[in-house]
Amino acid sequence: MGLLTFKGGIHPDDGKRFSKDQPVKPLLPKGDMVYPLSQHIGAPANPVVKKGDHVLKGQMIADAGGFVSAPIYSSVSGTVKGLEQRFNPAGTKVECIVIENDGEYNEVEYDPVKPLDEMSREEILDMIARAGIVGMGGAGFPTRVKLSPKEPDKIDYIIANCAECEPYITADYRRMLENTEELVSGMRIVLSLFPNAKGIFAVEDNKKDCIEKLNHAVADEPRMDVKALMTKYPQGAERQLIYAVTKRAINSSMLPADAGCIVDNVETLIGIHTAVAAGKPLTERVVTVSGDAVEAPGNFRVLLGTNHRELIEAAGGFKTEPEKLISGGPMMGFAMVTLDAPVTKTSSSILAFMEDEVSKNPETACINCGRCVEACPSRIIPSRLADYARRHDEESFVAMNGLECVECGSCSYVCPAKRQLKQAIGAMRKIALANKRKK
Amino acid sequence: MNENYKVSASPHIRDRVKSSNLMLLVVIALLPAAIFGMWNFRHENAWILVAVTTVSAVLAEYIYEKLMHKPITVNDFSAVVTGLLLALNLPPTLPWWMGVLGAVFAIVVVKQLFGGLGQNFMNPALAARCFLLISFTGDMTYFVYDGVTGATPLAELKAGEAVNTMDMLLGNIRGTIGETSVIAIMIGAMFLLLMGVIEITIPASYLLSFIVFIVLFGGHGLDAQYITAHLCGGGLMLGAWFMATDYVTSPITTKGRIIYGICLGLLTGLFRLFGGSAEGVSYAIIIGNLLVPLIEKVTLPKPFGKGGEK
Repeated sequence: MGLLTFKGGIHPDDGKRFSKDQPVKPLLPKGDMVYPLSQHIGAPANPVVKKGDHVLKGQMIADAGGFVSAPIYSSVSGTVKGLEQRFNPAGTKVECIVIENDGEYNEVEYDPVKPLDEMSREEILDMIARAGIVGMGGAGFPTRVKLSPKEPDKIDYIIANCAECEPYITADYRRMLENTEELVSGMRIVLSLFPNAKGIFAVEDNKKDCIEKLNHAVADEPRMDVKALMTKYPQGAERQLIYAVTKRAINSSMLPADAGCIVDNVETLIGIHTAVAAGKPLTERVVTVSGDAVEAPGNFRVLLGTNHRELIEAAGGFKTEPEKLISGGPMMGFAMVTLDAPVTKTSSSILAFMEDEVSKNPETACINCGRCVEACPSRIIPSRLADYARRHDEESFVAMNGLECVECGSCSYVCPAKRQLKQAIGAMRKIALANKRKK
Repeated sequence: MNENYKVSASPHIRDRVKSSNLMLLVVIALLPAAIFGMWNFRHENAWILVAVTTVSAVLAEYIYEKLMHKPITVNDFSAVVTGLLLALNLPPTLPWWMGVLGAVFAIVVVKQLFGGLGQNFMNPALAARCFLLISFTGDMTYFVYDGVTGATPLAELKAGEAVNTMDMLLGNIRGTIGETSVIAIMIGAMFLLLMGVIEITIPASYLLSFIVFIVLFGGHGLDAQYITAHLCGGGLMLGAWFMATDYVTSPITTKGRIIYGICLGLLTGLFRLFGGSAEGVSYAIIIGNLLVPLIEKVTLPKPFGKGGEK
């Protein structure tokens, strides 16, 4: 006992053994670099370079398109080939800046940085915004916006989401072990914005070595603490994480700040450290390459914009031709249409599987067993909601709290009838949310 | 380069548990009771009735789906469960064609006409048993053991006679094919619990509320012998562990399941103590099935962040 958690959830095979012991290797790309203008929630970035321009590593190539947006920087030096329609990892063709990599990695000269205690709140927030930091766990919400709640004094918890509850992914795990100092520094920067907050590193207890290392690192940090979470999916879902750590529960119409919390994941905090302590923009991240079709699974420090094909090659290529590719984790990631897509700010992993479990398990009739109800962290009834969704009964869907779904996919995972519950609920949710906004 | 990747919405992994596996586990769990019943009533050739009823249920499903041009679902084992459960609820001497009729009624009328697996609002096996009970009351209440015809222990209990609870536990008594041996039923029930097929919620709330009811109204107070006789008699154990726990016809939430179990316990007690016949489990469960939509209406869970997180 003593482990923090929430009600519901599932225990899938975590698959982390394939890559967890592989230290992060830097990957220098050879091919063209592709930068989608929309790698975040909010307005797409506006290109500030044109075809033929020579750019340096760390040079801005697209500026934020508004307050809820983020700029994009070149991660290599080279020549802009133009603005093209390319596939993003989720399988949609989107507007991208394409840069021919000259392989020199000539970097811009960054402005010198001031020590943290000499910077004002606005200066720090501005640096985070200028560096293009967004939530790198997968949501891609601009971090500056997240760090600007209406009443900063009322924030009493900054939670570092170190759960990494998605199976197979070990990027955050390696970061915690190899970049502990940077992670703690990122937390220190965020804490400097919130005078009344305590910084909590919330780690699942299957990462005992991280807990130990972090405990050691925060020993002299009076405002920081490490908390062990029960290993369970979706322990890293924002609402469930906040509840596990603080016992405060928020619903779909509330923000974490309403519960006095701000949650940032490991990669994001390290990005904040790089932006504020080193003055460098976001140009790289750690990505896990794993799955049973990959020859040598591992973790790589990848320049944003690198083609996924180069990432697979770096992991020794495919053992056999995979049947399914996933960008992100197996629970919430996207099935990829093609390998020919760039790593973006929110790409935490690429997984290649020899067999697709979804297509080999056809849907059958619901037998009302209640396993989805048991597993649902939002405590709603997935099987009924999926029925309403299929009948397009929006009224009942909303009345039965369909909007509370966090789309974690636990229901589809446990369903013995193999029903695509999350897919049906997710689709209806999009429509219902859009209609709600219209009102 | 061949890039024919499969594309689907997340999640991309699935638990190993499948509906058909669950049904198969229920069939396996019914085997101790079925095998004991067939041996216990070997002089009555009970095995013929069990075989004919089970096969008829599967055939009825196959033929109906074939005729209606629907996908054939007999390999999900749900028809086997229905057929076998019905057979275990029949007296060993019942003419075989009545078993066939019951199986066809269960599958075609109760299950398929309402939309097939997952759509029936009553347990098909129990509905068929009640259908047969009303149609062929004489044959359905004719009980024999070791060639001697007579009343079931439960009926004797109701008449105020003494019963042998040890025989009731072992199953050396008159009754339907599968209901007599509490030990055989419990072996199967424990198997279902251990395999995670059923939860203890419904049987526990059912049996506990039933005990409370007969303690209060049975006229024997806390007499352990009387309570044990009631628990081991009739179809209570088979019903509580194998039919009240039917996923399709029970509530989906834990709270709903507790209320459902209590309703079953009270109804069973009411029918047994104050009804015309000694037995009441079948009708109690069927009426309980009909109460499920109401129970679900009042047990709608509170979502996370609105009180449901605790």
